[in-house]
Amino acid sequence: MKRRGRRAALYTALAAAAIVAPWLFPSYATQFAFLCLMVVFAVTWDMVGGQMGYNSFGNILFFGIGAYACAVVQRDSGFGYAPGFAVGVAVGACAGTLAAAVLGPGILALRGHYFAIGTLGLGVAAADIAAGWHYIGAGSGMTTPLFPGAIQDRAKFFYFLLLALAVVTFVTSRRLYQGRFGLVLNAIRDDEGKAEAMGLRTTGYKTMAWCVAAFFLSISGAVAGNLVGYIDPRDFAFAGSTYGVWMILMAIVGGRGTVWGPVIGAFVFHITQEVFWTYLLGWQRVAMGLFILVVVVYFPSGIVGSLRTRAPRPGGTEREVLPERAVVDPTRRQ
Amino acid sequence: MMGNLMLLLDAPGLNLQLLVDGVLVGAIFALVAYGMALVWGVMNLINVAQGELVLLGGYVVFFGTKAGIAPLVAIPVAAAIVATIGWALYRVVIYRVVERDPFSSILATFGLSIVIQQLANQLFGADVRTVESGLGSLLVAHGMLTVARVKLLAFVSAILLGSLLVWFMRATRLGQAIRATAQNSRAARTLGVNTDRVYAATFAINGAICGAAGGLVAMTWMVHPYAGLGYTVRSFMIVVVAGLGSLGGVALAGAGLGIAENYAGFLFGAEYQTAFVFSLLVVILVTRNLWLKRQRRYLR
Amino acid sequence: MARRLRVAAAMLLGAAVVSIPVAAAAPGVTEGAPIVFGAALSLTGKYSIDGKTTQQGYDLAVQRVNEMGGVKVGGQAHKLKIVYYDDESTSSRGAQLVERLISQDGVQFVLGPYSSGLTKAIAPITEKYKIPMIEANGADRALFTNGYRYLFAVLNTSDNYLRPAVTLVAEATQKAGHEPKAVRVGVVIENDDFSQDVRDGAVEEAKKWGMQLVVDDKLPPELNDMSSALTKVRALKPDLLIVSGHAKGAVLAIRQVSEQLVGVHALALTQCDSAQIIEKFGKAAEYALCAAQWDRSLAYSDRWFGTAENYAQRFEKEYKDPATYESAESAAAVLTFVDAIERAGSLDREKVRDAIAGTDLMTFFGPIKFDPSGKNVAKSMVLYQVQNGRYAVVAPGKWAKARPIYPAPAWDQRQ
Repeated sequence: MKRRGRRAALYTALAAAAIVAPWLFPSYATQFAFLCLMVVFAVTWDMVGGQMGYNSFGNILFFGIGAYACAVVQRDSGFGYAPGFAVGVAVGACAGTLAAAVLGPGILALRGHYFAIGTLGLGVAAADIAAGWHYIGAGSGMTTPLFPGAIQDRAKFFYFLLLALAVVTFVTSRRLYQGRFGLVLNAIRDDEGKAEAMGLRTTGYKTMAWCVAAFFLSISGAVAGNLVGYIDPRDFAFAGSTYGVWMILMAIVGGRGTVWGPVIGAFVFHITQEVFWTYLLGWQRVAMGLFILVVVVYFPSGIVGSLRTRAPRPGGTEREVLPERAVVDPTRRQ
Repeated sequence: MMGNLMLLLDAPGLNLQLLVDGVLVGAIFALVAYGMALVWGVMNLINVAQGELVLLGGYVVFFGTKAGIAPLVAIPVAAAIVATIGWALYRVVIYRVVERDPFSSILATFGLSIVIQQLANQLFGADVRTVESGLGSLLVAHGMLTVARVKLLAFVSAILLGSLLVWFMRATRLGQAIRATAQNSRAARTLGVNTDRVYAATFAINGAICGAAGGLVAMTWMVHPYAGLGYTVRSFMIVVVAGLGSLGGVALAGAGLGIAENYAGFLFGAEYQTAFVFSLLVVILVTRNLWLKRQRRYLR
Repeated sequence: MARRLRVAAAMLLGAAVVSIPVAAAAPGVTEGAPIVFGAALSLTGKYSIDGKTTQQGYDLAVQRVNEMGGVKVGGQAHKLKIVYYDDESTSSRGAQLVERLISQDGVQFVLGPYSSGLTKAIAPITEKYKIPMIEANGADRALFTNGYRYLFAVLNTSDNYLRPAVTLVAEATQKAGHEPKAVRVGVVIENDDFSQDVRDGAVEEAKKWGMQLVVDDKLPPELNDMSSALTKVRALKPDLLIVSGHAKGAVLAIRQVSEQLVGVHALALTQCDSAQIIEKFGKAAEYALCAAQWDRSLAYSDRWFGTAENYAQRFEKEYKDPATYESAESAAAVLTFVDAIERAGSLDREKVRDAIAGTDLMTFFGPIKFDPSGKNVAKSMVLYQVQNGRYAVVAPGKWAKARPIYPAPAWDQRQ
């Protein structure tokens, strides 16, 4: 009872902090919006990468599809800003989800590093196709319409939009993990062969999980495209080596396969990165690379995971399991 | 695109040009891919920093020739230096991820590739570097076909290096130890093979291969800090198609990829060349997997 | 659960603590305080060669202006200062960083980034915040069709880069007694905004002369090999081959055209000097035509640096590298700001903006005068040809130091 009360108080405090943040630090509102975007990235990646054990390098594909679909609607529909944007987001979400549904069965049949590299190829190919397609601006990219209101309102508008998206994504994913769906995803991660043998239609579940991730990612893409104002095929929409990899790193930094891990990872990562960018001019990427190495080599189970190994909760009621540790099974190698 | 196709049909000489270029270029890809297959097979590790090791080799040859060494002498030097770098990388970082799940190794080597890339940018600058071989070109078949001598040289060296490796794996103690570890690392360890040293040696050999290939790359194309990923992905693709452990298969797949890229560039235009290569990768993976699925197996 | 929440709270607190010093760094505008410019430049990534020389140009101009006592506004001298960020050659990062420069670091004016793509990403932001931006490295014409009020460019738009090359070929053909209509043109161009605009300009010019376009290929930005495009060029035999793709494109073009013995009468390129084609390839670079915004041999001068040659010498002394035109145009952007602020007699953004719009200035880089869309219409491009291992200006006629050699000798007749 006491615990629940404390938890409620903390949630309220967090919510209050999130709501007043743009008024407390008005010049940081855009930064906060990006932070929310990062949370969406990490949570959606973890759905497939952490909970299901399918390490995707190509989830950025859905982000890009959402961004482009929304921008195309805004350009061609002839609606005003608000309806154009709303329809654009809806179309973007549908397009992204559809892409996941179509690609899912084929791509998700790949396993292990083949899946990782296959999805990497998907992302890069999408970037290059977008860069050659004139309907969507080819290499010159697309400019989204300007937000009609005042500058301060614009930053707040996008911040709250992305905050809402992050919260909805987080709550949805938690709900999903608490039910049968989450159990199936974990079963697939732990042993897909056995899960299948027990009569679970794994392909269907895998595709559905990817679709959920794609749905939220493509919405975030549509919103972020308008936030940045300029969609470039390689550096923004299908930015495999930045956003595409960051989402993985954030999930890992926080602890993949955990509920709060990706969220915490997104905070730590985003702040570290901004600090590097500000104080290590020109060397920030070297620092970033070293940061990645340290995290992967020394903290493979992330912040939440490391904390839990050090101080396991009595009883261990949580169903979340640490990602598989290094077990080299010589018989598996052929 | 139809125009390009007609052009190809009208002038069969062009086909020859594209084929020859593809095969010559494919040999360099195959060389890098063989290093990747070696590391993958022995250490169960996918080295995403493969392309960056190639670039390091290119830089060594560039600075070597600038200091007055002949390019052909600089290539073995590059192999030696990058082998040392590879060995050091193993001792500092790689050994910690080598027996973990492959995904950690992908991420760790990805981090490594960023560090190498950015250090190269800071230390050597982002300038595009090339090494002039001064060898010129051959005109074959009444001028229908031009072959840059440097590409021929790259082709021949790649084949020589490949044969050397095969001999090394078959005939030397270390080669045998490497092969034993690749087959079953636990059994090899039980039988007294120091697998840690074998891994270090494997990564160093991979470094040597990349270093030499990098020299050839600097002489045929160019090096700059951000050119690495292309080589990594091409190697991966070749290894996926050819499987681990067969140099012949790797060479064939390399040539096939070189030819496919040249034709794609010609028919669809160079802008779609990358898109084509990556789409091809996805298609190859998915179809191979579907093929295996009929026997209830999958790619692993 | 509670433990985890505590962790989350600690993280949030950490976030707040970390961000405070960043917030404290914002300088205000006080009497005699330095005037702070902001710039997001490509210090890493694909444009980092050009980003570096842009930064050198900015720095050199700031150094010179400060040396001369700074900018005088209402009887008070202000020194100049630039806050830099690294945009990693990516447009979304550039847009974010400029927003940060304006809203967090409180810069008063913005200097442009490198490349048209990045300028395109940044211009909507400066426009929104009503902050004047003078840019020196975004040449795509599309930048000036959006009605931006706060964007000014000191350089010529990219369609002008290779127009002179086409004209030169047409005139040389006429002089030799042939019809320019018979000239065949091949275009192999990188798929980015700048190079596409270079292509459009050159093709418009070629159409004007009635020339035929026989090859029209594009190259990817991760360019590593253009041999398949050149195979096509070799088969279709254009007289004039136009290649543009930043420094990498120029390097590859010289290397592979000479390797595949592609026999064109003229090879026209952009970004030759930042690619250092003469230093790299020597003889193989001979006869190439190169577009440039500026050359040290031009007879422009100003009160800051003196002549173009003086600027080049000072640059070499400072950075031990030859002065590229990218550095010169970047320095000119700073000088334009200085001139406009002094004329405005105020640091008020609107007044400075209006003063910039009314600029009529001569600099070592060339005359600067903006049309209503913000582009510099007073200056013209120059065209070099590589002759005997040196760049020689061959067009426009006013500045020409050498006669153009057209057609270039066939490969087997070269030494």
